[in-house]
Amino acid sequence: MKDTRLLLILSGGCVLAGLAGLLVDGFPLAALFAGDETAHLLLIELRLPRIALGFLVGAALGLSGAALQGYFRNPLADPGVVGVSASAGMGAVAALYFGFSTLSALVLPVMAIAGAASGGSALLFIAGRGATATSLILSGVAVGALANAMVALAMNFSPNPWALSEIAYWLMGSLRNTSWTEVQIALPLIAAGVAILLTTARDLDSLSIGEDGARALGVNLRDLQIRLIAGTALAVGAAVAVAGAIGFVGLVVPHLIRPLVQHEPARLLMPSALGGGALLMTADAATRLISGDGVPLYLGVMTAILGVPFFFHLIRQTGRLAP
Amino acid sequence: MTARFELDNVDCRYGARTAFEMGKLSIAVGELTAIAGPNGAGKSTLIKTLAGLVTPVHGEVRLDGVALQRFADRERARRIAYLPADSRLAWPLIAIRVVELGRYPFLKPLHGFTEEDGELIKEAVQRAGADGLTERRFDELSSGEKARILLARALATNAGTLLLDEPGAALDPRHQLAVMKVLKAEAGRGVCTVFAGHSLELVSRFADRVLVMDQGRIIADGPPQEALSPYVLSDVFGLDAPRGITPPDWALA
Repeated sequence: MKDTRLLLILSGGCVLAGLAGLLVDGFPLAALFAGDETAHLLLIELRLPRIALGFLVGAALGLSGAALQGYFRNPLADPGVVGVSASAGMGAVAALYFGFSTLSALVLPVMAIAGAASGGSALLFIAGRGATATSLILSGVAVGALANAMVALAMNFSPNPWALSEIAYWLMGSLRNTSWTEVQIALPLIAAGVAILLTTARDLDSLSIGEDGARALGVNLRDLQIRLIAGTALAVGAAVAVAGAIGFVGLVVPHLIRPLVQHEPARLLMPSALGGGALLMTADAATRLISGDGVPLYLGVMTAILGVPFFFHLIRQTGRLAP
Repeated sequence: MTARFELDNVDCRYGARTAFEMGKLSIAVGELTAIAGPNGAGKSTLIKTLAGLVTPVHGEVRLDGVALQRFADRERARRIAYLPADSRLAWPLIAIRVVELGRYPFLKPLHGFTEEDGELIKEAVQRAGADGLTERRFDELSSGEKARILLARALATNAGTLLLDEPGAALDPRHQLAVMKVLKAEAGRGVCTVFAGHSLELVSRFADRVLVMDQGRIIADGPPQEALSPYVLSDVFGLDAPRGITPPDWALA
C-alpha cells in the first residue's frame, strides 16, 4: 500500500493527541499507578470515552469533508455545504426546544440523526435525478439555510433565557459530559457512514476528468450522490448528534493532507479520517487546557478559531491558482 | 462491413430544442469516421449519444446489435472509450494517474491494477506518444502534452470503440497531425473510431468517412472528397471553395 507511512504517522498523531487529552487538565497519573479507585474511574468513565468520541467525530468530519471535496471537485466544500450538519442541528435544537431532551439522554442524538436523515433526503429530492454537482450544492445551501432558519426560530421563541442559552451552548459544540453512551450511539452510525463513504473512492478519482468523463468510465452519478449523501448524513449526523456543530474540521483537514497524497481524491479519504480524529482530539485537549475552571471554552469555537486562518489562506491560494 | 453502431430514428433534445434527429445511421468497425459541421450543429451531442451519455427522446441506438441502454454502466465503459472536449482536470494529478483512469472500468472492488492493466497502460502511453510525460504534473503540461495524456487515458481502456470530441481543439498543426495519426492507427487495428473535428484539411486527409452535420441533421455522408463537396462547403460552412478541400501533405518533421 502506497500511503502506509502517511497513515502510520497520522495514527501516531492520533495516539499523541489521545494521550494529550488523557493527561491535560490535571489527571492524577501517580494516583492511578498507585491503584487509586477514583483515578481509575476518572480514566475509564470520563477521559477514555471523551477521547474515543473526539476521534470518532473528527474522523467522521474529516472523511466526509474529503469525500465531498472530491465529489464537488472543489477544496472549499465541507459537510456544511450540503446542509447535513445544519439539519442535524435542527433536530437537536427541536429536542431541546420542546423539552424532549429531558426525557432520556437518547432523545437528543436520535432527533439530531433524524434531522440529518431528513435533510439528506430533502437534498436528494430537491436535486432530483440527473442532478449535477452544481445543482446538488445549491440544494444543499437551500436545505442548510432552511435548517438554520428553524434553529433561529426556536431560539426566537425560547420561553426563557435558560432555554435560549442551552440551545446556544449546544450549538457551539462540545465533548463535555461524554460517557460511553454517546460512544455507543455514535460508533455504529459513524462506522456505517465511513464504510459507505469509502466505497466512493474510485468514483471520486474518475470525476477528476469531469462528470461526462466519469460517466463514460462507468460511474453512475445518481448512485454516487446517494452514497455520498447517505454516508455523510450517517457520519456527520451522528457526529453532530453527540458533539454539536463543529465546523472547519471537514474543510481544513482534507486541504492540509491533499498535497501529501499528490491531490488524488481516493487516496485522500483514509488519511483525512485519521487527520480529522487527531485534529479534533488536539482541539479538545486545547479547549480544556485553556478554559480551566472558569467559563468553559467550547470545541466548535476552538476549531473555528484554529480553522479560520487556514480558510483565509485557502481562499487566497485558490484565487491565485484560478485561471 | 460489421456495424458497431446502428441508429434508428433517433431524436435528441436539450430542453425544448432539438439537438439532432436522424433517420438511419450505421457506423462500421475499423473505420475512421469524422463528424464535421459548424458550431452548434449537434456534433458533440451525437458523440455523447453514441457514448450512452445522452439518452434519445425517441428512437434507439444499438451497440453491436444490442440497445445501448441495456448495457450496465461498467460494461458500456469497457466497450466504449470516450474523450470529452473538456481537457481540464479538477486536481493537479501526476499524469500517469490520469492514464490509469482508463483501466477503472475493469478494476475489481478492493483489487489494484493487474499485470495486464499495467501492460495496457504502458502500451497506451506509447501509442499516444506520451512517453516522458507520465511522471509530470498534469497542470504543468502544455496543451499538446495534456492532449496526449488524455488520449492515452482513452486508449488505455483498450475498447473496441473510441469516441473523441474535438481531440485536436486548441492544438498546433503538428500536434493535430500527431493525434490524427494515432486515430488512424487505432482504426487500422480494427477499432471503431469516431471523432468530431473542425480541421477540414485533416478530416479530408485522414477520415475514411465524413458525416457533415448542420442544425442537427446529417447533410452529407461519404468519403471526404464526396462529403466535403464545394456545394456542402458553401452551404454548411459558408466557405467559397470551388475546388473543394485539398488534403495537406505535411508530415511530422
